Amino acid sequence: MAYDKFDVLTSTAYPLPTENVDTDQIIPARFLKATERKDFDINFFRDWRFEQDGTPKADFPLNKEIYAGSKILVGGRNFGSGSSREHAAWSVYDFGLRCVISSAFADIFKNNCLNVGVLPVQVSAEFADTLFAAIMADPKAEIKVDLPNQRVTLVATGESESFVINTYKKDNMLNGFDDIDFLKNIENEISAFAETRPF
Amino acid sequence: MAKTLFDKVWDSHVVRSVKDGPDVFFIDRHFIHEVTSPVAFLGLESRGNSVVYPERTFATADHNTPTINQHLPVEDALSANQLDALEKNSEKHGISHWGLGDVNNGIVHVVGPENGITLPGATIVCGDSHTSTHGAFGAIAFGIGTSEVEMVLSTQCIMQPKPKKMRINVNGKLGLGVTAKDVALYIIAQQTTSGATGYFVEYAGDVFEDMTMEGRMTVCNLSIEMGARGGMIAPDAKTFEYLKGRAQTPKGADWDKAMKYWETLYTEEGAEFDVEFNYEASDIEPMITYGTNPGMGIGVTKSIPLAENVEGGVDTYKKSLGYMSFNEGDSMIGKEIDFVFLGSCTNGRIEDFRAFCSIVEGRQKADNVTAWLVPGSHKVVDQIQAEGLDKIITDAGFVLREPGCSACLAMNDDKIPSGKLSVSTSNRNFEGRQGPGSRTLLASPLVAAASAVEGKVTDPRTILTANANA
Repeated sequence: MAYDKFDVLTSTAYPLPTENVDTDQIIPARFLKATERKDFDINFFRDWRFEQDGTPKADFPLNKEIYAGSKILVGGRNFGSGSSREHAAWSVYDFGLRCVISSAFADIFKNNCLNVGVLPVQVSAEFADTLFAAIMADPKAEIKVDLPNQRVTLVATGESESFVINTYKKDNMLNGFDDIDFLKNIENEISAFAETRPF
Repeated sequence: MAKTLFDKVWDSHVVRSVKDGPDVFFIDRHFIHEVTSPVAFLGLESRGNSVVYPERTFATADHNTPTINQHLPVEDALSANQLDALEKNSEKHGISHWGLGDVNNGIVHVVGPENGITLPGATIVCGDSHTSTHGAFGAIAFGIGTSEVEMVLSTQCIMQPKPKKMRINVNGKLGLGVTAKDVALYIIAQQTTSGATGYFVEYAGDVFEDMTMEGRMTVCNLSIEMGARGGMIAPDAKTFEYLKGRAQTPKGADWDKAMKYWETLYTEEGAEFDVEFNYEASDIEPMITYGTNPGMGIGVTKSIPLAENVEGGVDTYKKSLGYMSFNEGDSMIGKEIDFVFLGSCTNGRIEDFRAFCSIVEGRQKADNVTAWLVPGSHKVVDQIQAEGLDKIITDAGFVLREPGCSACLAMNDDKIPSGKLSVSTSNRNFEGRQGPGSRTLLASPLVAAASAVEGKVTDPRTILTANANA
């Protein structure tokens, strides 16, 4: 599915310092019953955002008005562990987020994000702490994520760090391309390869 | 240069390597189920693509299927809709489909191996993180997202950077009551829930060589729970014996040819891993988890660690214990439980039901426990009946349900109620995993059985010892 291109993003951010946030929290299994990709924001972090009766939990960062409209989420270490459900990445995107920053991501979640147009930015534990502290001190603190230059910056102080992304995925994000375009373009090469497989 | 098992299988599936990018990676076998495939088919059709190799994709319904009255229409409209979509998409694109009630139906990671679809040296993916299970046969198998499901349907390839390599050696002999599940939970507790992120694991050593294929599947299944992309074990005589004659394994001359290849699938002397760990079998006891990720596990006789002794953030640790309503220093033994779940792609195979029965035979389910016993497939059900285990189960006050993923992720009606404590043979103890507000203790079928008859967390060795002395 097509997604908006990613270039340079400057935004405030939701802080979620809890570690090991698993994809069952990002979107619980009972909300995976759709056969179409739409409206996954509704149940994004359902059980952390809402009481069982549907009342919003006021102290949960994603519910706080002060952060509303942020396009970045700064998460704790090992963000997105567990289930491979791409619905988790869809819910991030549908909630209006284009970037998740963490000191460590689970592999499958990271891949899924890249495939749906959410940029996972891995930073050092120290820089993640710097970002959390800055947001705690000033909820309106802005973070600039510069994909062409692979650099993330805390705007107020200018503190910054570079991040890693392979050239192929970077080009995809910058241009809104995806892997299927690439693979369909080499289908003859793939079918020749398939002929050589023993089973 | 000496090659690892992983290198051999990975490298032989690379169609091309993209400069400063991923490998174009060919997929031999692709499993799909009702939850993570519908959007992939929509994507495929909206681009005007077709399924290029329908014979390489296999569909089974498992994630949200009911585990009672499967002969009746599925009540939940959304689940029924997904099951219907899987059937229609499979039919339309010429994909083999084992729907509800089909003799071959069951949990994808149970039916793949038992039908001989899983083969050594193959690459296997599925929109499910526990696809790592199939690594037990010396395959490279891992979970993918829905975008990747669409890639496989439309091109039979995905684009993957090659993971780093880890080897985990466990040597020695396992003690009484220590199972494959305990070995896996022990390793995950050592590695933490993220210790193997970025790696593909090879399991080696006496303990895995001595294990049954079912045990190896349990271990490889749980690889993802320490963050690993997958785990694998070199195929051996036991692997070939398991596979020979299964419905979809190669036959005759094709089998001989395949064997020639499979016998080359091992890690060569001197091959290098990025990192290697060694553990001793004698250090492992029956395990149980106490927190909200699978890395939070301890020996069943141990106490919950103090926050100051735990790696990682104290706030996260305290939040986890708070959710469980446990305290630092609590003993796990003797905690009163409400539910027991035997089943899932981790522990829903025949060996798991045999283990459960070895404890409950001649005993009775505790009155305070609701137990759900859910075989992984119809073939497992048949075997349970053939061995007379169903009678042991019934006599002990338990009921056998019909196959499916069930309370492992509670997408169907098998939900543990809020606040209730469950001893579960499944793979995840995340908050709400078994139903909103549910609290999960992961353990082996032996620990689950002992706890089911005692009504509280119980060390199965007390019962096994009593059995031996009887």
